[in-house]
Amino acid sequence: MAKVLVVTSGKGGVGKTTSTAALGAALAQMGERVVVVDFDVGLRNLDLVLGAERRVVFDLINVVQGVAKLSQALIRDKRLENLWLLPASQTRDKDALTEEGVGSIIADLRTKFDWILCDSPAGIERGATLAMRYADEAVIVTNPEVSSVRDSDRIIGMLDSKTVKAERGERVEKHVLITRYDSARASRGEMLSIEDILEILATPLLGIIPESQDVLRASNVGSPVTLNNAASAPARAYIDAVRRLMGETVTMMVPVERKGLMNRLLGRRAA
Amino acid sequence: MDVSAASTRQLVRMRGRSYVAFVFCPTVPIVGWLEEIDATLARSPGFFVGKPVVLDLSAVDLSQSAIAHLVTSLKQRNIRVLGIEGVDAAQVTTSMPPLLTGGRHCVLAQVEPRKPEAKPKPTSLLLESPVRSGQSVVFTEGDVTVLGSVGSGAEIVAGGSIHIYGTLRGRAMAGVNGNSAARIYCQKIEAELLAIDGYYQTAEDINATLRNRPAQAWLDGEIMKITPLN
Repeated sequence: MAKVLVVTSGKGGVGKTTSTAALGAALAQMGERVVVVDFDVGLRNLDLVLGAERRVVFDLINVVQGVAKLSQALIRDKRLENLWLLPASQTRDKDALTEEGVGSIIADLRTKFDWILCDSPAGIERGATLAMRYADEAVIVTNPEVSSVRDSDRIIGMLDSKTVKAERGERVEKHVLITRYDSARASRGEMLSIEDILEILATPLLGIIPESQDVLRASNVGSPVTLNNAASAPARAYIDAVRRLMGETVTMMVPVERKGLMNRLLGRRAA
Repeated sequence: MDVSAASTRQLVRMRGRSYVAFVFCPTVPIVGWLEEIDATLARSPGFFVGKPVVLDLSAVDLSQSAIAHLVTSLKQRNIRVLGIEGVDAAQVTTSMPPLLTGGRHCVLAQVEPRKPEAKPKPTSLLLESPVRSGQSVVFTEGDVTVLGSVGSGAEIVAGGSIHIYGTLRGRAMAGVNGNSAARIYCQKIEAELLAIDGYYQTAEDINATLRNRPAQAWLDGEIMKITPLN
């Protein structure tokens, strides 16, 4: 059974696109047939993160409007034969998306893939609501900051009311993915703690991705971090998250900073 | 004395008694008249169930088989005919209800089937999941109970009191219809705004020592009091 998973957050810049690419690549590496769909019409990025920007011919909007066939718009990854991309249009805006159009594309993709990862745009408008509309599961990407957590809370409320599943009285399975977790700042009490985030969102945790230069480096070379440097800390955290998505029980590792002598002498500062 | 012999010699006593029964006066065509009955039954099914019904056939001229057919047609509609009136004795067979005579008119108390009473409107609202940021719950008819937290940027508006079995991080407005006796209770107070009957306090006004503790808010005259709950 194909699963439609939306990667969403409400707030921008928290790592939705990076996470979509990393999760998609990790799933594909495990032998799953994966398509990542960019819903950020007008501000597309997923093609860059996947290094497919020079091969885009047709896009999501062309398929929605019937200009191109789905098979013409799908781009196969050069490194992973199980990973495909359906890019967004850069020249249009989100109003070009229709509920019926998206619905028929998702239904079509369900017959071809095991996982359909929808990379949601920021915000709560048309692009974001249509990205989550047909989702079976949701990954809510959250940074350990109050603004990001509050926006995530808002998005969870929408997942529980605006999706097809919710309207049928079913539940969209939701997971929180904490990204850009800075263990040094956490130890100084400068960020919201994991416990606080989970207490506010009341949603199970999928993984904690540490803040790392590896993520930036991978984006710059157009490669998902799980593919670019699978041994790096963020890649391992994404791979663990994917194993949890697949139903495995994997112990949660909270990234910790090795305390220096000065830190140890100064002790922890309370929040 | 033989007890069993004594009991067999009991007398059979007969008594006369009169009852009120519905009287049906079928008209021709019988098919059309039956449709009328069906329409009545559609409006209130079970209206004739268990009620004594007498057929007055004086207005129509029916053959024996037609009478038998009419009785079975009524039986199919769950209407049992107690007796027949207004026909010759010869036309009634033994398998039909008995012939009745000497019926007198009486006023029939119209027993309308009681309409199901409109359920009283619920005076409380129970929310079993957390109220998320951006959600607004408005219930002016009474109390609101939340089994979970109320997120920052969410709001609860209630005509009565508000009970939150979680952390209140958003806004809670109780007693909006002028109910100054309404209160706000929560397991952990981190509210952005509390209001009762129009009197309000924002997060800045709420005493910092109360933060993260169970608390209640209530009106003392025109002053909102927030006190810990233990």
